[in-house]
Amino acid sequence: MDTINLLDWVEEAERRGISLGKLVLEREIDNSELPKSEVWNMMKERWEVMQDAVRAGLTQDIISKGGLIGGEGKKLSIYQQNEKSLAGSLVVDAVANALAVAEVNASMGKIVASPTAGSCGILPGVLFALKKHKGFNDDQIVEGLFTAAGVGIVIGTKATLAGALGGCQAECGAGAAMAAAAIVELSGGSPDQALQAVAFVIKNAMGQVCDPVAGLVEVPCAKRNGMGAASAFVAADMALAGIKSVIPVDEVITAMGEVGRALPESLRETAKGGIAKTPTAKKLTEKIFGKKAD
Amino acid sequence: MGKTLSCFDIIGPIMIGPSSSHTAGAVRLGLMARNILGTKPYKAVIELHGSFADTYKGHGTDLALIGGILNFSTDDSRIKDAYEWAKKESVEVSIEYVDLGEVHPNTAKITLFEESNKIEIIGSSIGGGSIVVTELNGFPVEIYGEYETIVTSHYDVPGVISKVSAILSNHHINVAFMRVVREKKGKMASMIIETDQRVDTEVTEELMKLDAIKSVRLISKI
Repeated sequence: MDTINLLDWVEEAERRGISLGKLVLEREIDNSELPKSEVWNMMKERWEVMQDAVRAGLTQDIISKGGLIGGEGKKLSIYQQNEKSLAGSLVVDAVANALAVAEVNASMGKIVASPTAGSCGILPGVLFALKKHKGFNDDQIVEGLFTAAGVGIVIGTKATLAGALGGCQAECGAGAAMAAAAIVELSGGSPDQALQAVAFVIKNAMGQVCDPVAGLVEVPCAKRNGMGAASAFVAADMALAGIKSVIPVDEVITAMGEVGRALPESLRETAKGGIAKTPTAKKLTEKIFGKKAD
Repeated sequence: MGKTLSCFDIIGPIMIGPSSSHTAGAVRLGLMARNILGTKPYKAVIELHGSFADTYKGHGTDLALIGGILNFSTDDSRIKDAYEWAKKESVEVSIEYVDLGEVHPNTAKITLFEESNKIEIIGSSIGGGSIVVTELNGFPVEIYGEYETIVTSHYDVPGVISKVSAILSNHHINVAFMRVVREKKGKMASMIIETDQRVDTEVTEELMKLDAIKSVRLISKI
């Protein structure tokens, strides 16, 4: 039932000389029949909560509800400050932030689902690092959030944003694709370059399963948020270098949906496959829930 | 769903983690029960089924349900201390296991007690924070809580629906969705009417005056 194409939006944005983010904002104002100031403030509020989550995750002592994660974001952040990180300070900071937010989520803290709670670390992690390292102001970031939202709308419409239907490609894959588009536009790239970055991320995430240990949103979810944040930057760099995706992005998104449906149920958020079925995972599940796992 | 997605479906909701179905959706189920009771209960019995029962300790589903019953919204940071808050508010809570048969894996039965009233709902968290109440005081319903909702209990006789529609129309209330469910032909039935506008007591009083209508309940948007 999908007649939305990211390419159509990008073509319109380029024809009118505006960013994809501005186009998405216009569409939202139209559809919601709310004044621009209200729509803008709603997104700004979410940006505030995202930043609070990053700060909480990097400064507090966190243990997740299931006890499986906590403190990794802080560890990586300290490493980044003290050592010359190989992947670069901007990217490693973004990864640390993403881990931190995922830990906040897993310890019943407050987060913004973007697009889901399972992938809530990627977009905030990336944008917080960009603000810190590149000095973007909040208005620029908020416009980037509209870019990200637009990409999410297309993925949600053409494919899915639910791990239970599409595996982790639908949650962390989508989150990273959204972040990649935002990075490109914030860095002065064109709407078409944002579109290429989206295609790169999704192609890389193609087939990513959802195999959560003990059925929780902890392992490997937090680290997939971290890796997703890193992949967003790599995709953005490739796009800004002028590299184009051989397969058009809308076809890539549709393929992602098909792959999601082809994934067995055991790899779609049921904790019945992948690392969720490893001996260690079974032991951890028993420990947390106090009974024999299936 | 079929509706066009909003930016805020993608960037949002603002919520207490970790899971939109096992946590945020559970809060909304608790809120729905609280809403239907209409006041703070002195006792809440929560019976968990399926995946809710299996994983509640890791997802904080019990905390979320209790939080909703205490009228906390889905982004209230008090949710992780819901047991302490229940004690502070003198609400006795108990968590039990139940097998409700062929229902959604994320389903709970919530029974709330107050002075002179008790309500019981069975509801499911169906994904992304959405919920559906499928049973209310033993009666099959289908309430999503996305709109102001009127729930009637009436005798299944011809003409009731048109009389109800006429009253709503006279008060310029637009019906978004309407479902009619019945126990058995010619016995008791229920209308679940989701409206765009807030419905006030003047309307419900008029509805109550109809012969076939036994009771009318207003449930505000969750």
